[in-house]
Amino acid sequence: MDNVTTLSDATFDEEIKATAEAVLVDFWAEWCGPCKLISPILEEIANEHPGKLRVGKLNVDDNPAVARRFEVMAIPTLILFLDGEPKKRLIGAKGKGQLLQELEEFL
Amino acid sequence: MADAVRDVIIIGSGPAGLTAAIYTARANLKPLVIEGEISSSGDQPGGQLMLTTDVENYPGFVDGVLGPDLMATFRAQAARFGAEYRTEKATRVDLSSRPFRVWVGDDEHRARSVIVSTGARSLMLGVEHEIELIGSGVSTCATCDGFFFRGRDIAVVGGGDSAMEEAIFLTKFADKVTVVHRRKHLRASKIMQDRAFTNPKIEFVWDSVVSELVGDTKLEGVRVRNVQSGEESTLAVTGLFVAIGHAPNTDLFRDQLDMDDAGYLLTHAGTRTSVEGVFGAGDVQDHVYRQAVTAAGSGCMAAIDAERWLESQAHAGDTAGTPSEW
Repeated sequence: MDNVTTLSDATFDEEIKATAEAVLVDFWAEWCGPCKLISPILEEIANEHPGKLRVGKLNVDDNPAVARRFEVMAIPTLILFLDGEPKKRLIGAKGKGQLLQELEEFL
Repeated sequence: MADAVRDVIIIGSGPAGLTAAIYTARANLKPLVIEGEISSSGDQPGGQLMLTTDVENYPGFVDGVLGPDLMATFRAQAARFGAEYRTEKATRVDLSSRPFRVWVGDDEHRARSVIVSTGARSLMLGVEHEIELIGSGVSTCATCDGFFFRGRDIAVVGGGDSAMEEAIFLTKFADKVTVVHRRKHLRASKIMQDRAFTNPKIEFVWDSVVSELVGDTKLEGVRVRNVQSGEESTLAVTGLFVAIGHAPNTDLFRDQLDMDDAGYLLTHAGTRTSVEGVFGAGDVQDHVYRQAVTAAGSGCMAAIDAERWLESQAHAGDTAGTPSEW
């Protein structure tokens, strides 16, 4: 999907600064059940807010450096970046309504 | 706005709710399953199994099955027979008049019968800063967060099967797992005790409770008090996993359905609750067995009880001239 980008340790800094849109980084892993549940919801939110918000997927298994840098100790963790700066952090899986509420100021 | 009156609404979607959905859907009762809201706790669609990995004791799976995979198949199986889902939380119920009413926010759903299978959730310790430190050392999901404690020292609180399961699972990552238990003996089953005792990475602190969490922005240690001697000590751990028991998710039904002192639904004659036409299944009415297979079994019972009750009502309606809606 156009509004969903896969991030990695190598591309992270470049990717989150490359856009004027807010980037919601989804720290996830294959073995995390709640991560799988929110993944399609995040995609929906990104597609419903084109030009405002993109989703960046960061697999913590493959990209431990970024996860460590932002002290991620639980997943799913969502960190919203604006102009490359972390602005908001959400820990744990949440439903769509709750996510939209938490992200309201950026949408 | 309310939709048409349904035969059955099922609240909750763990093994009990989804088995009830399979049976009622196959009986052509077109169940609506209000499956709950996505979260990182056990109170979520699919229930507590969503936070587990290998389930080794569910019959039919020689090599075990992953909890989330098992629940995905339950859900798909019920959908195949026409069960409908709402992936949200029921916010209010009115079981005092008929048809029964269940709200999801402002949406009202009505049904002739209701199956309550909202399950139970893990208890937290209730010590200061515990909620603030979730995601910063305090975890509600060992399978999600264990990975981040590679090479660290962590603590697990509890003495039952869930606590042993978590401790053993976490030794895959952590250097040392200290189990803090308030008694001198474990409550866990023999097989889980043996596995824990023979695991070289697991240590035990007996007769002790966690009295305080150390650390402002992330967990740096836990204060532990010996309940016999009153002596306090500090465990230098960066992770804390709590498995000290469960509480039923019955707040929604308070003052409407009879419960025991701990809040578990009281059922009789199979799965009947104190309100005729309302049935209870799974952990929400069971603090003894609490297994996926017993929950599934009672979900089946609730579906059959509901189906027979609806039938008896329909026949009563033939003679008593109950409104056509019935």
